[in-house]
Amino acid sequence: MSNKLQKNASSAVRFMLLAIVAAIILTPFYWMITTSLKNETKVFQFPMQLLPSPIEWENYAKVFTEQPQFLLHYWNSLYIAVLVTVGTCAVAALAGYAFAKIPFKLRNVWFLVLLSGMMIPSEVTTIPSFLWFSKLSLVDTHFPLIIPPMLGAGGIFGVFLLRQFFITIPNDLDEAAEIDGCSRWQILLKIMIPLATPVFATLSIFTFLNSWEDFLDPLIFISSSEKFTLPIAMKLFTDTAGTAWHLLMAASVMATLPLLLVFFVAQKKFIDGIATTGLK
Amino acid sequence: MTTYTARANRRNNWYGYLFISPMMLGFLCFLAGPIIYAFALSFTDYSLLHPASFVGLDNYVQLVGKDPLFWKTVGNTLYFSAGLIPLNLILALSLALLLNQKLPGTGLFRTAIFTPVVTSIVVWAIVWKYVFATDAGLLNQILGYFGMQGPAWLYDTALVMPVVIVVSVLKKVGMNMVIFLAALQDVPKMYYEAATIDGASKWRQFQSITLPMIAPSIFLTLIITLIGSLKVFSQIIVMTEGGPGTSTYVLVYYIYQLAYKVFDIGYASAVAFVLFFLVLVLTLVQWKFRKRWVHHEQ
Repeated sequence: MSNKLQKNASSAVRFMLLAIVAAIILTPFYWMITTSLKNETKVFQFPMQLLPSPIEWENYAKVFTEQPQFLLHYWNSLYIAVLVTVGTCAVAALAGYAFAKIPFKLRNVWFLVLLSGMMIPSEVTTIPSFLWFSKLSLVDTHFPLIIPPMLGAGGIFGVFLLRQFFITIPNDLDEAAEIDGCSRWQILLKIMIPLATPVFATLSIFTFLNSWEDFLDPLIFISSSEKFTLPIAMKLFTDTAGTAWHLLMAASVMATLPLLLVFFVAQKKFIDGIATTGLK
Repeated sequence: MTTYTARANRRNNWYGYLFISPMMLGFLCFLAGPIIYAFALSFTDYSLLHPASFVGLDNYVQLVGKDPLFWKTVGNTLYFSAGLIPLNLILALSLALLLNQKLPGTGLFRTAIFTPVVTSIVVWAIVWKYVFATDAGLLNQILGYFGMQGPAWLYDTALVMPVVIVVSVLKKVGMNMVIFLAALQDVPKMYYEAATIDGASKWRQFQSITLPMIAPSIFLTLIITLIGSLKVFSQIIVMTEGGPGTSTYVLVYYIYQLAYKVFDIGYASAVAFVLFFLVLVLTLVQWKFRKRWVHHEQ
């Protein structure tokens, strides 16, 4: 009896510990959402409002009127992240398949060469890239935010994940398809890619997130406000008069929401995907 | 038969090189090329005012001998790493151990703790900056309820780095937690059953079974977290801009300042190369340890 009591008590303690950590981690979301719905005059009220009253839904509309380009910045972030994600999956699938299944000359040498690129931090290559891109008049365009992440370290990570996955697929499968007259393209498109859907899901979320939250690259490469992405557009809510916290928080909620929704819908698959795609 | 093989080989070579060509081209233009160019630039005096001129090792001599800010920057970066890594790994492992036992609400907690991983780092840093604000911040308001006067968290040279460390840990701890959780679930249950029969305590089981079994995962997350911590930037520029004073100047922030604010491109490249060298060494250590990443053949 006392044993059972002890077990229950230890369960309760564990539950409490988890609850405390979860509460601390969720605090910023609570603060972000409540502030985004507070009346401007209530933001700095003391004692603070735990829940906004009155609820100012208009703050969300005001983001777009105070920052007329906000929608544009949103669109920039979205289309860049989608392009990078789709592009990364495509080039990584091609190379990952070749490295796993096509016995071409010097295959393992090229794979090692490519992998070595993973240890080159983008923080180091931005300086020469900036010089080159300014010579090619590509500074202050979205090119540096789309192509280098796709074909650089992010793409290599994808190649690695997909190669490791394709290697586990028995050779009989694609040999049979080849005997049936399938070309390499058909094998890749009709057999390999559908099998690798879970790997693409994991790779997509990581790639999308990296692009969506990228801060250093847009900071360096983009100067015109109509080309801003969301992370650097956030600074527009601060001017000499201070920060419009209620609007900044409303903008932050809108910048965070799409990713969170995708995550909540697919979270079990996603977390399991991380655990099984060679990341552990 | 030989002609058939020759033709098949030719076809394999053609498709192989065709399929890897986009990535290889990208590797050349965006990784190998720039890193060689950066290395060359680090031996020049180059700013927007005058073209590059070769100065040999001057930049590195300056860096090592005459630039206290560089050493301050290295010290701050190491401080950040040294604070972040144990906190992150111990918290992640503890949470994974707690979640590994079937408790009510496990799935919910796992999702909650993982949520910051899929939240943009800039938004995360902005909100925490607001939480830690001196007067209007949530934390100091809560302290105020208990009659305490909260400090100026982000404007205190002693407090600012710990604050940035905690914010960074909370952002990424969910990722390591999930990796540990997957590793824990791979440990065969019978080991624990056998140990229990032999009368081994829970702590003893943790030391002798759990830790050795998940050691590869711990090592992997350690190196990945360490490399990531050397490259810390977004939360610094959003929350502190290197300040107060230079108390949160870290390597990437210093490179950013040198290259894009002072336009001292040669010198910035030298600092960048120090960062590259650190990451290179750590990655090689990791690869040596995880040979199967590369040599995993059928």
